[in-house]
Amino acid sequence: MTNTTDGNLRGGKPLLVVDDLKTHFELPAGMVKAVDGVSFQLAPGKTLGVVGESGSGKTVLSRTIMRLTLGKNVHTSGQVLFEGRDILQTPIKQMQRIWGLEMAMVFQDPMTALNPVVKVGRQVTEHVRKHLDVPKREAQATALALLRSVRIPEPEARFDSYPHELSGGMRQRVSIAIALACGPKILFADEPTTALDVTVQHQILNLLSQQRRERHMAMILVTHDLGVVAGRTDDIAVMYAGKVVEKAPTKRLFGQVQHPYTEALLRSIPRTTERNHTRLAAIAGRPPDLINPPAGCKFSPRCPYAQEQCFEEEPPLQSAEDFEHEFACWYPVGTARNKEAFEINMAAKLPQTLAVAEGKVVDESLIEKARQIVGNS
Amino acid sequence: MAGTGKAHLRDGDDILLRVEDLIVEFPAPGGNKVHAVSGISLDVAAGETLGIVGESGCGKSTTAKAMIQLPRPTSGKVMFKGKELTSLGDEALRQMRTDLQMIFQDPISSLNPRRKIGDVVAEPLQVWGPHDDAEQRRRVDAMLEAVGIDPDVAREKRPHEFSGGQCQRISIARALVLEPQVIICDEPVSALDVSVQAQILNLLEDLKAEFNLTLVFIAHDLAVVKNISDRVAVMYLGKICEVAEANSLYENPAHPYTDLLLGSSPVPDPNRPIDESDVDEGELPSPIFPPSGCRFRTRCSRATDLCTRVEPEIQKVTEDHFVACHFPIVDEQQISIGGEPNE
Repeated sequence: MTNTTDGNLRGGKPLLVVDDLKTHFELPAGMVKAVDGVSFQLAPGKTLGVVGESGSGKTVLSRTIMRLTLGKNVHTSGQVLFEGRDILQTPIKQMQRIWGLEMAMVFQDPMTALNPVVKVGRQVTEHVRKHLDVPKREAQATALALLRSVRIPEPEARFDSYPHELSGGMRQRVSIAIALACGPKILFADEPTTALDVTVQHQILNLLSQQRRERHMAMILVTHDLGVVAGRTDDIAVMYAGKVVEKAPTKRLFGQVQHPYTEALLRSIPRTTERNHTRLAAIAGRPPDLINPPAGCKFSPRCPYAQEQCFEEEPPLQSAEDFEHEFACWYPVGTARNKEAFEINMAAKLPQTLAVAEGKVVDESLIEKARQIVGNS
Repeated sequence: MAGTGKAHLRDGDDILLRVEDLIVEFPAPGGNKVHAVSGISLDVAAGETLGIVGESGCGKSTTAKAMIQLPRPTSGKVMFKGKELTSLGDEALRQMRTDLQMIFQDPISSLNPRRKIGDVVAEPLQVWGPHDDAEQRRRVDAMLEAVGIDPDVAREKRPHEFSGGQCQRISIARALVLEPQVIICDEPVSALDVSVQAQILNLLEDLKAEFNLTLVFIAHDLAVVKNISDRVAVMYLGKICEVAEANSLYENPAHPYTDLLLGSSPVPDPNRPIDESDVDEGELPSPIFPPSGCRFRTRCSRATDLCTRVEPEIQKVTEDHFVACHFPIVDEQQISIGGEPNE
């Protein structure tokens, strides 16, 4: 049984509209373009998966939408409309009425998300009292009901436990209870199961799906694991170097990959359904430096298909046939242009192309050398 | 405490490393003991990759460390090339360890941040020789090249100038420079991004062939373990649940815990149905007071009174497939199980 429906996130009136969102951090070494022009829409009750490797900007994206990236060195531009309200222009005082009540977040590490010196019952109760303004006794009853709804066994007994007395999975349940306390319309789950064991991860993802369905809540599930988003999202956005490189309904993304980076990610992960010792198609090099990103397409130095145009001109995020499937690539996977590009690069023995074809380990220094050789010839 | 049996141990001259009845316990507050590893037996043939998979706290890392006597186990035997490591003196053990190297989970913290890469990789040679500088440099360069690092670029740099994946490759070069027979890899790809993980897995396969290595590969990711291993052991709370040839284990898991792990592990396929019924916490019991009988029984849907009373012994299911369970998941026409439990 799955909770996903094949549908686009634009059906009906969108809950959240993100338009050309940029978050740049000013550091002594230069400007880090953590999020660099991201746009998407999310309808009520739908789930968007945001997938990317470390440094792709997926966490900063969700934090920026929630206005959690603050500081003098943070430069944010673009627009975030939540139910028509312009979130980026909302004063922080008013944001406090949105946080928890309408938008909530579950973080990766439940140990640091909870206060270590306050009993978990009080942490949930306080949250309910602050936001819903109800008497203490009523808040306690609500908190108990919440702990029960996230399937904490013997919630009365756990009420007086400190976070360190609970297991990792149990702690994550408590932080989910806090996030759900005031019935938010959208839940950001930022790597909610990365710190957990696989059997516990399965339960927590099931719990999130179940709660999302029951509460008709929208969810943005941020993860590095394509397996986690595969069966549990309506749409997926793949991020690379601060940009969305491909966005499509989940089944379509897996079925008809267009962007070489998405294809490379899918080909490089080992699967339990394959025989042992199956050669993995490795991706050459490593994610780019966000202060001095490569010119043109950010993935071009690692891309097996990259041609001259890719190194010079950045491809826009656009759709070929139908508006549901968008990708940013000059040589999309599966096209004749793409096949031709692969053959050209194989003939030129480009290391990043050989890396995919033969599963070799290829360093960025080698890629740079090869580019100079090819460039001079 | 009864061991979980040795039916899965093999005879033969090609068994390089053999662990028997290994017990590792650590002191806990109140005079109690943490039963980290409780009587496990394993063997590794020369040229083979043994994968050990399990969740946190199952004792997989402790087992690996006990194999190279880090620390020496509470009891049990570790035989390497016919020598009993647990009874070796410190100096003899030190010499033996040149053949048993280890790589760790966190590639950055396992390299000294203040030393140059050339020195890091050369250090084992400075201890064991050859002491000729030119020869050392030749070997270091060869190893760096073997792991895909340009020695001319890397030699004078320090670890912080490299990414996690590159640091892991440098750690591998350091482990290889003494030309060991066995490398124990403790979660070597867990801290890496998926795109880098594939590079390291492929590299380990290549190096294994090139240098005739035998690997013990520990990880929590089932797909990673299957990809690299010839044989896989599944551990739970200090015990072995199931040992089998890798493909057989994943195709026909016989232990309910293996089945649970496989059912829980996320698969990148949107058309695969997800069983969403399981939302309740299955808590890992305390390793200080492990359950009686079968340690998995508190989370097992098949558990009966027998599982509470009697600890299951490892038994053969099919050729090179062994399970420690009273009620294994098996196709009864396909196999016959010795010692059917009486109910």
